[in-house]
Amino acid sequence: MSAAPAFATAGQIRLALVGSPNAGKTTLFNALTGSAARVGNYPGVTVERREGALVRATRDVRILDLPGTYSLEGETPDERIVGEVLGGRIANEPVPDALLVVADATTLQRGLGLVREVLKRGLPTLLVVTMIDEVKARGGRLDLMRLSRILGIHVVGVVGHRGVGIDQLRSFLEAPEGWPRRAALPPADDAAQRFAWVDRTCAEIGAGALDPDSRTDRIDRVLLHPVAGIAVFALVMILLFQSIFSWAVPAMDAIDGAFGTLGTLSHAWLPAGWVTDLWADGILAGVGSVLIFLPQILILFTFLHFLTDVGYMARAAFVVDRVMGWVGLQGRSFVPLLSCYACAVPGIMAARTIASPRERLATILVAPFMTCSARLPVYTLLIAAFVPATRLFGPIGVQGLTMFALYVLGALTALGSAALLNSTLLRGTISVFYMELPPYRMPTWRLMVRQVWGSAAAFVKRAGTIILAASIILWVLLNFPKAPEDPALSLEAQAQANVSASAAARLGRAIEPVIAPLGFDWKIGVGIVASLAAREVIVATLAQIYAVSDVEDYGGLRDAIVDDRNPVTGERVFTLPTALSLLVFFVFALQCTSTIVVMARETGSWKWPALAFSYMLGLAYLGSFVTYHASRALLGHA
Amino acid sequence: MSTPLIELAPGRVGRLCAPSNGREIPRRLQDLGFVPGTEVVIRRRAPLGDPIEIEIRGYRLCLRCAQLDSLRVEVDSPVRSTS
Repeated sequence: MSAAPAFATAGQIRLALVGSPNAGKTTLFNALTGSAARVGNYPGVTVERREGALVRATRDVRILDLPGTYSLEGETPDERIVGEVLGGRIANEPVPDALLVVADATTLQRGLGLVREVLKRGLPTLLVVTMIDEVKARGGRLDLMRLSRILGIHVVGVVGHRGVGIDQLRSFLEAPEGWPRRAALPPADDAAQRFAWVDRTCAEIGAGALDPDSRTDRIDRVLLHPVAGIAVFALVMILLFQSIFSWAVPAMDAIDGAFGTLGTLSHAWLPAGWVTDLWADGILAGVGSVLIFLPQILILFTFLHFLTDVGYMARAAFVVDRVMGWVGLQGRSFVPLLSCYACAVPGIMAARTIASPRERLATILVAPFMTCSARLPVYTLLIAAFVPATRLFGPIGVQGLTMFALYVLGALTALGSAALLNSTLLRGTISVFYMELPPYRMPTWRLMVRQVWGSAAAFVKRAGTIILAASIILWVLLNFPKAPEDPALSLEAQAQANVSASAAARLGRAIEPVIAPLGFDWKIGVGIVASLAAREVIVATLAQIYAVSDVEDYGGLRDAIVDDRNPVTGERVFTLPTALSLLVFFVFALQCTSTIVVMARETGSWKWPALAFSYMLGLAYLGSFVTYHASRALLGHA
Repeated sequence: MSTPLIELAPGRVGRLCAPSNGREIPRRLQDLGFVPGTEVVIRRRAPLGDPIEIEIRGYRLCLRCAQLDSLRVEVDSPVRSTS
C-alpha cells in the first residue's frame, strides 16, 4: 500500500492514462489536452512517452499517456513501462499523483480485468468508460452509477471524439484530492479470480452481450472472404503502390523544378565563390534531393492513416499474417515493408505498430532491402544506358523486366534475411501475437490531417538535418583540394580536373583495388562513397565527375557513361557486366544515412544499424562479384 | 468431452476447460480473459487458414493457431445428462 499522495509540486497535478489498446485512450488524450503533446522516449527503451497539459484548466494538470496494455505485468517493452511508471521504478519519472483508467464500454467484460489490477495499486483512480454511445446503438445498457458504487470511485462515461462527458471529466481532473478512494474489493490474486469478479460485476451493472455490429459483420463477410478478401487486399495494395508512384510525380517534378530554379538563380544573383557553390550545389541540391520524396510520403501516410483509422489495416494484417509468418514476421510487418517502397525512413517508423518486439526488430532490420524510391534514379540511369530496349511481347520489354527483377530481388532478400535473423540472432526474444479487428468507423478528418502532418514534419526534420550535414561534407570532399586553374581548359574540363584532384577522388582511387573485382573503377568508387549519404547522390556525383552540366540531363549523363574509356587500354569503362554489378550492389547495400540514424533511434542502439550496414555491405559485395563474373562469362566478355 | 479449441466448429459456443496434467493457460492469454469457464466462439479463419478470430468476453481477438495449442473447450451438448 503506498502512502497518501503528497501532490508535491505546488499546484501541479500529474495524471496518467492507463488502458488497453483500442480502448479510446488516444482519442481521450487528444480531447483533454487539445492534442498538444510533448513526445519523447522513456530512458533506455524505444517506448514513446507522450505528455500533455489539460486545456482550459484553472490548475496545471499534466496528463501522461501510457502505452496501451492488457495487463500491468506484460512482457513487451511497451507493456512493462506501464507497470514500471506506476511502481515509480523509472528514473526522473515520479509516480503519478492519480490515474485515469480507460475502458471501452463495449468490452467491459475484458476491460474491467485491467481496472481491477490498477485499483490494487492503491493510487487515487478514476474510471473513464469510452464509447458509451455504441452500447446503446447495439441494444445494451450500462449502469455506470452502480459500477461507481461497486468500485467506490468516480466513473465517467464519455464519447471521446464527440466531446460528450469531457467537461464533467475535466472538472474532476482538476481536483483529484477529492476523489473517493476505492471500495474494499474481494481478493483477486490471479487472472481466474480477477475475471470471476469481472463476470459478477458485469452481471450486476448489465454489461452483457451486445447485438453484433451488423455493419462490420457485413463488410467483413466480403473483405475477409477466402477469395474476395485476397482480391481486395491485392487491389488495395496495388492502389497504394500506384498512388506512390504515379500520383506523386507532378508534385515531385514541381519540387525538383523549384530547387533547380533556386540553384540557377543563386548562381546568377549571388557573388561567385565557394560560399555560393556550397549553397547552390551542396546545400540546395542535397536538401532538394530529400524533399523531393515529401509528396510520396504525404500520400503514403494519408493512405496508411486512412486505412488504419477506417479499420482496414488490421484486416490486411489478418489476411497476410500466415504468409509473413513463414519467414518469422507478422501480418503487421507487411505495411511497414510496403511503405519502404517509398522510403525506408517512414517504413521503419511505421514498424512501431508491431507490438511484438522480435518481429518489430526483424522488420526494421530488413526494411532497407525493399526497393525505395531513392534507388529509382540509379536503376533508371543504368538500365537506360546498358540494357537493350528490346521488346519481348506486347508492351513488355527487357528494360522493364530488369527493373521488375531488381524489385523482386530486393523483396526476396528482405524475406530471406528475416527468416535468417529469426533463426539466429533473434531466437529467444519475446514474440507475441494478438490483434483485434476493430469495428469499421469513418475516420475523423481533423485527426487524420494532424497525424499525416506530424509524420511528414518528422520526416522533413530528421532526414533534412542528416542530409544537410552529409551534403556539406560531400560537397567539401568533392571540391577540395582543387586542381590548379588552367585557362587553356574549357569550363567543363576544368571541373573534371577539379573532381579528379579532390579528396573524394583520392578516396575513390584508394578503394579501387577493393572494388576492381566487382568491375568498378575509381569514378564509380567515388559515386559509391558519395552514395553512402543517400543512394541517389551517385547520379549527381557521376554527373559532376563526367562534367555533365545539367544534373537532371539523364540523356547527357547516359551518353557520357557509355562513351567513357580507360585512358590506358582504350576499353569501355562501363560494360553491361559492370552496370549489372552496380545495379546488384545498389539492391543490397545500405547506402542511406537517414535510414541508419532512424534505425538507431527506433531500436535504441547503434548495434543494430551497424549490423545491418555490415551485413548488407557484405551481401552487396558478394552479389556484385558473382554478378560481374557470371555475366562476363555468359556474355563472352572474359 | 473436451476438444481442442482450434477444432471447434465456427459459430459454436465452447467453454474453456482447465488444462489437464498440471499445465497452465499461457499467462498472456489469461490476461486477455482466457480463464477456465469462459465461453468462446470461433468467428472466422483468415483467408489462408491462420490466424483465427475468436469471440471471447464480448470482443473479438485474432490469434494464431499455434498459440491456442494448449486450450481445450467443452461443447455444451444439446441434451444435458445428469449423473
